Amino acid sequence: MTNRTNNMISDKTVDKWDMVISGKKSMFQLNLKDIWNYRDLLSLLVRRDFVSFYKQTVLGPLWFFIQPFFTTVIFVIIFGNLAGISTDGIPQPLFYMTGVVMWNYFSECLLKTSTVFKDNANVFGKVYFPRLIMPLSIVVSNLIRFGVQLLMLIIVLVWFIVFENYSFNATQYILLLPYLVLIMAVLGLGFGMIISAMTTKYRDLTFLVTFGVQLLMYATPIIYPLSAAPEKYKSLISLNPMSAVIEGVRLGLLGRGEFTWGALLYVSLFSLFILITGMLVFNRVEKSFVDTI
Amino acid sequence: MSTAIQVEKLSKIYRLGEIGTGTLSHDLQRWWAGVRGKEDPFLKIGETNKRDSKGNSPVVYSLRDISFSIEEGRTVGIIGRNGAGKSTLLKILSRVTAPTSGSVKIKGRIASLLEVGTGFHPEFTGRENIFLNGAILGMRKKEITRKLDEIIQFSGVERYIDTPVKRYSSGMYVRLAFAVAAHLESEILIVDEVLAVGDAEFQKKCLGRMGEVSKGEGRTVLFVSHNMSAVTQLCQDGILLNNGQVELTGTSASVIQQYFKTGYDNELRPPMENYRSYNNVNSPIKLKDVFIKGSENIIPKLDMNTQPEIRLSLEVIEPIHNANVSITFYNVEGIKVGVAFSWDDGFSLNVSPGMHELKFRLMHTMLSPGVYMVSVGINQSTHTTSWDGIHHYPLFEIENQDNVKQFTHRSWGAVHLNSNFWEVI
Repeated sequence: MTNRTNNMISDKTVDKWDMVISGKKSMFQLNLKDIWNYRDLLSLLVRRDFVSFYKQTVLGPLWFFIQPFFTTVIFVIIFGNLAGISTDGIPQPLFYMTGVVMWNYFSECLLKTSTVFKDNANVFGKVYFPRLIMPLSIVVSNLIRFGVQLLMLIIVLVWFIVFENYSFNATQYILLLPYLVLIMAVLGLGFGMIISAMTTKYRDLTFLVTFGVQLLMYATPIIYPLSAAPEKYKSLISLNPMSAVIEGVRLGLLGRGEFTWGALLYVSLFSLFILITGMLVFNRVEKSFVDTI
Repeated sequence: MSTAIQVEKLSKIYRLGEIGTGTLSHDLQRWWAGVRGKEDPFLKIGETNKRDSKGNSPVVYSLRDISFSIEEGRTVGIIGRNGAGKSTLLKILSRVTAPTSGSVKIKGRIASLLEVGTGFHPEFTGRENIFLNGAILGMRKKEITRKLDEIIQFSGVERYIDTPVKRYSSGMYVRLAFAVAAHLESEILIVDEVLAVGDAEFQKKCLGRMGEVSKGEGRTVLFVSHNMSAVTQLCQDGILLNNGQVELTGTSASVIQQYFKTGYDNELRPPMENYRSYNNVNSPIKLKDVFIKGSENIIPKLDMNTQPEIRLSLEVIEPIHNANVSITFYNVEGIKVGVAFSWDDGFSLNVSPGMHELKFRLMHTMLSPGVYMVSVGINQSTHTTSWDGIHHYPLFEIENQDNVKQFTHRSWGAVHLNSNFWEVI
C-alpha cells in the first residue's frame, strides 16, 4: 500500500507526458504503433470505397470487369491487328489482359494516392488520425479490385484452354506472383506518397501525373513484349521497375517473358527505396499540409 | 491535481495572400537562408493578427507565444472574437496542424470534435456511419459495438438507423453525428462550437451530456463557443484570446466579463462591424447601427429607472414584408436577461428599399448596474436564421444613481426586483 502511494506521488512529481505536440519535424518517427491502433479504420475505409463505388449503379460490381475487358478489346484491335505488334506467340487477348490488369493496379494505387491530401482535405482538416491510413486503405481496396480482375483473367485463360486449344504453359515463376503484386503496391504507394506530398504545394503535379502515368504505360511492356523492343531502348525500358514486374508475371502465368533474378533484385531495392522516401516525405508534409492546401 | 495540458510558448504563423504561385521563389529563398545558417527571412517581420488594421508583412501570427496550463478534470471555455486564434489553437491541440514553434504537452488520450459527422458517407446507413465516424474519431470497433445501442438511443433516430444518411434531414444527421462523439472515451475532450446546429431540445441534451462528461467522469474538457451562457453554465475556467495572445485566464465569469469589455475604450462606442454575426452578402436588409437616442457616439450611463429609446439604422436593399426584429439583452456575465421581440409587441417590419431608422422604447426595466450587450436579429420567421444581425454589442451601462440606497456592494443578480409592502404581521 505504501509502495503504491509512493508510486502515485512520484508519478505526479515527475511529469510524464503521453504526447508532445511541437513544430519540430522528426524525419524518422513513423508511428507504426499508431497505425496499428487505427486498423479498424483501415478496414472501414476499404469498405467505404467499395460501397461508394457501386451504390446506385445498375451493374454494380460488374463494373470491375468492364474497364479491363474493353481495354483489352481495344488493344487487340489497335495494337494487335492494326499495328501488328508481336505478342511473343501468346494469344493476343491473354497477352493484353495480363498487362492491363497488372498495370491497372499499379496506376490506380499511384493516382489515388497522389491526390490523397487533396481528396481528404476536409476530413484531414477536422480530425487527427495517422494520415498514412488513407494511402494504405487505397492500396488495400485496390488490391481487392485487382483480385476480382485477376479472377476474370483466369476465367479468360481457362476459356482459351478449353475452347481455343491453348496449351497452358505456366512456369514455376507463377509462385512469384504475390511478391510481384506486393512490389507493385509498394511502388504505387511510394510514388503516390511522394507526389501527394508535393502536390499539396504545387498543384501542377496533379496534371503532370495523370498523363505521365499514361505515358509511362508505353515505357512498360504492356502492349509489346520486352523481347520485341528495339535493342537500343531495351536497357532503358528495363530501368523502369514495372517492366520486370510485368515480364515476371507473364513468364509465370503465360510462359513467356524476359525475366532475370538480377532484375528482381533491382526492382526490390528500387521499390524499397521509393517506399522509404515516400514515407519520409509524407510524414514531413502531413503535419502542416492543412495550411497550404 | 496534476496538469493535463501544458502549452508552452506556442506560436503559429500563417502567410497572407495567395499561397501557390509565389511559393516556389519563397521556398528557394528560405532554403538558401537555411543553407547559410540564417533565420527564415519570412518569419522575422511578423505582426499580431489584427484583421482590421493593414499590415505590411506577408506573414501574421495567428497565435503568438501563448502559454497556459490546464489541470485535470477542469472544464475550460476558450473565448475570443473572430480571428483571436481560437480555431488555430484547437487545430493544434487536435493535431490537425502543427505549431510553428513552441509545444503542447498532453497527459491522457485526447479526442477532439471540431466538426460533427466528419467522414460521414452519404451512401452509408446510419449504423454504418456510426462505425465509420467512430473509427475516424479513434474508437475501436469493439468499443463501438459495445456502445452501439446507447449511441442509437441517444441520437433519437432509431427508426432511420438502417437508411442511408443522405436521406436524413440535417437535424437527424447532426443528432446522429453528435451521439457518436458524445460517447468517445478519452481523458481530454476538445469541442468546437458544433452545438450551434441542431434544434434547441437537442442542444440542451448535448450541453447536458457535456456537463455530465466533465463532472461525472473526471474528464478535462476544452470548449470553444460564442455562446457565453453555455460557457458560464459548463465551464469553471476560461481563457480569453485576443489577437493571438492570451489576454486573461481565470474563472469563466471573470474571463467572460473581460471578453465583453475588450473591443471598446472607455465609453466610446466600438465600430459595429466587429460584432456582425451573419455575413450574408445577399441579405435584403442590413443593420447599419444600433444606439440609444441622444448618445450616438458613446455607451451612455443610464439610471436604473430610465426607459431608453433604442434606435436601429437599417439599409433596405429589397422590400421587406412582415419581418420580425428581435433584440436580446445580455449582462456582462453572458446571461441572457431578456428579449424584445417585435412580433410580440404587435409590430412587423414593412419597409421599402432605402435607409430607414427604427425606434422602440424599453419599458419598466430594473436592470442591475453594469454594461449591457445586445444581439440583434432580423428575420422573417422564428425558425429561419436571421438575414443580418450583430452579436454581443455593448449598448448601454446601467448605473445605480439613486434608487437603491442600501447594499451598494452586494451582488446584484440580473434584474432588480421591485419589492414592496414589507410588514411584520
